[in-house]
Amino acid sequence: MPDIEKINNVAVADISKLDSITFADGQKVNNQSVSLVTDAHTFIADNSSDTTNLTDITFSSGIDSTYDVYMFDFININAATDNTTFQFQVNSTDASHTTYDDSAITSTHFAAFNDEPSEGTSSGLYYDTSRDAAQSTSGIPLEHYVGNGADESISGRMWLYAPSSGTYVKHWMAQFSENAQHNAAYSTYVAGYINDTTAIDDIRFNMASGNLDGLIKMYGLAKS
Amino acid sequence: MALTLISTDTSDGSDATMGFTSGIDSTYDAYEFHFINMHPENENAQFSFQVNCATGNTTGFNNEITSTAFNTYHGASKTADGPKIEDDKDQANGTAYQSILSRRTGAETKESVSGILRLYAPSSTVYVKHFMSQGQGYHFEDYSLTMYVAGYINATEAVDEIDFKFDNGEIQGGVIKMFGVS
Repeated sequence: MPDIEKINNVAVADISKLDSITFADGQKVNNQSVSLVTDAHTFIADNSSDTTNLTDITFSSGIDSTYDVYMFDFININAATDNTTFQFQVNSTDASHTTYDDSAITSTHFAAFNDEPSEGTSSGLYYDTSRDAAQSTSGIPLEHYVGNGADESISGRMWLYAPSSGTYVKHWMAQFSENAQHNAAYSTYVAGYINDTTAIDDIRFNMASGNLDGLIKMYGLAKS
Repeated sequence: MALTLISTDTSDGSDATMGFTSGIDSTYDAYEFHFINMHPENENAQFSFQVNCATGNTTGFNNEITSTAFNTYHGASKTADGPKIEDDKDQANGTAYQSILSRRTGAETKESVSGILRLYAPSSTVYVKHFMSQGQGYHFEDYSLTMYVAGYINATEAVDEIDFKFDNGEIQGGVIKMFGVS
């Protein structure tokens, strides 16, 4: 039998009832068992209502003890100013919601790169001592050489572990792919910890210089 | 990609090992394990895993593993370095528990290690079983250490159990979640 993805142009995954009957795992439709697939990634929030010419993208609610792991997907983040750095910082619950300079972060940062043929033949893998952090309360670099060309952007993913913990520092890891401002591919790996044992409840992403376009989605990973 | 939560193992504060002895089968082609604040009893502890083919070779948690490992590190009082090969953390058909996530994790109250391990097609009876992991730890000498480990379990029997431990002392905190990748 064919796999059905949509009924009356509605995705099957989005259908909660058929003819006013709520379905459940194991019920049958046309004598076929219904199997409900749930994704452990729960969408929490994004900036889809406003994706252009932004000073920053912040999530000032939704980060709490509901989830142990938070995941951020970055889709085509583009800079208004050429050759700048995409960065983040956080606030703890004992800090103002607007300062983003209260929690010290220590991180590692390395990247692989490869030029487009028009730019040369450079390629390599290197640790970036100018973009790691040692107890820094400034913006923490996630990706550099971000371009403002129409086709230049970065995309990637970041995990934040147990931000509501009142015991542990907060670990995080991120990976990005970039079409850099000088026409090269970069694959960048950044990780570290927020050296704060107070719960973290705000996160801000911005450029070191100028505004940005793009979409960031925040998910929570199911606890049970 | 959709993740389905299969099972959660939460430390009781004094676990010699943690892991899963059910739920790893042919239902999913890939499995993800998420580690949240794994906290060791002792300073300078190494988090690690092994697998068992309980319905296959039944040799216990000592399957042959071939792997690569590299890391980067940096701290306020630690000069940054890497990426560098961790040639004391890789194996060449070794049967020891495979180091993952980070190295030399600290045991003070706020110190722990977190990260992800992906295991591919554990139920295959044709192929070896590939795995990849990335972790971020608080080194016991107060700096950030990120480790990337990948390799394969050199067994063609189905892998159906997985075990985690620190190389010395107990697991005294942390949560491990096992997901199936749809």
